[in-house]
Order: sequence, then C-alpha cells, then structure tokens
Amino acid sequence: MASIESYVDHLVQVILYDGRIIVGKLKGYDPRTNLILADSVEREYSTDQGVEMIPLGLYMIKGDNVALVAELDEEKDSTIDYTEVKAEPLGEIHH
Amino acid sequence: MNIKIQDSTHSTRYIDIYITQRTFDASQLFIMLIFSFFKTLTDQVITVELKNDLSITGTLKSVDQFLNIRLDGISVEDPERHPHMLAVKNCFIRGSVVRYVRMAARSVDTTLLEDATRREAKEAKK
Repeated sequence: MASIESYVDHLVQVILYDGRIIVGKLKGYDPRTNLILADSVEREYSTDQGVEMIPLGLYMIKGDNVALVAELDEEKDSTIDYTEVKAEPLGEIHH
Repeated sequence: MNIKIQDSTHSTRYIDIYITQRTFDASQLFIMLIFSFFKTLTDQVITVELKNDLSITGTLKSVDQFLNIRLDGISVEDPERHPHMLAVKNCFIRGSVVRYVRMAARSVDTTLLEDATRREAKEAKK
C-alpha cells in the first residue's frame, strides 16, 4: 500500500467522497483505507463565515468514502486563524 | 462489469461467464502495466486532478496496485479557491478518485509504453 504507515499517530486531514473534511489523529488503517481517527473534528468551510469546527470524537471511516488522507503540519496548522478562512466547501466526487 | 444473461439455457450462461472472466483478466493485466509505469515516475513532480476538481502538484513518493498515490511537498493549483490544504505537507490520494495524472512529456517513453500496451492487448486476446 502506498504507505500511510508514517501517518499513524499523526494529525491527518481526511477528505471524503461527499466533500466533508475530518481532522483527527490517525490510530489505525487497513489496505481498504478503512481509517480510525481519534479526537476527530469536522471542519466545515463556508463562504459567509469562518471555518466551523464540529467535534466528532473517535471515528471509524469506511474506506469507500475516503478520497484523500493528508498529513497536517501541526505547527503550520496552529498559525492559521480558521475563524477568518472563508471558502466554498469542496465538491463531491463525480465519476 | 455489466453482463446480461439473455436466456436461461446452459450454453448461453457458459459463454457469458467465460467473457466475464476474460475481461477481468485483461483489465487486471492493464492495471499491472499502468502500475509499473507509475513506478517509473517515482520522485518526479506530477499533478493529480481529483474527481472533485481539486488539482494537487507534488513529488510522487509511492504508488500501489490500487493506483493509490502518495505525494510529498504538495501545492494546490488554486489556493485562493481551495485553502483546505494550506497546512498540508504530504498526502495519500485514493486511486479511485484520480481523474487525470499530468506529467512532463520527457518523463514518458511513449514508444516503449505503446509497445507494452500492444503486447498486453495481444496477450489478452489469446
């Protein structure tokens, strides 16, 4: 597998098929990209207000829904003021 | 694969199953070829366009049999429109969401690739 081994116990940002973004600590995964995230938070982007952080807690995401897993630079992430970031939410995956 | 069984006699069914099997093997072979091709691009800078219109440029670090892609040192094509990846340094893209992969023309030996695909097609026909 193109290796998300190095992401384990790191803060990751997962983009789902429906465009949702979930950030959490990666606790486990398997070859089907099923993921376990601890202390996860959904980041809801919108154009009329800053990013809304919705706490979700421990989450298991089925691999079919995962589009992308990215490692967050925690230092850089903490310097961004997300209450000021406005953007259109990501679109769904269209085949 | 959408295979219709048109009538319920045994012979028809047999043919259908045979075709399914054959198509499956051919597509498997093809994926193996593309997989090997992507492996030759390791450590090159490529741009991956996702099926949600996000385009990500980065160095290809690894690829697997599902054509999942691991990119390092990434940047997004339109950071104004997509600030979602600002704090991201590397990412793992699921093969199923890749629409296009763009690479420099010089990193592809088209003649070699053409020959290989023809050989695969020939193999699949056997």
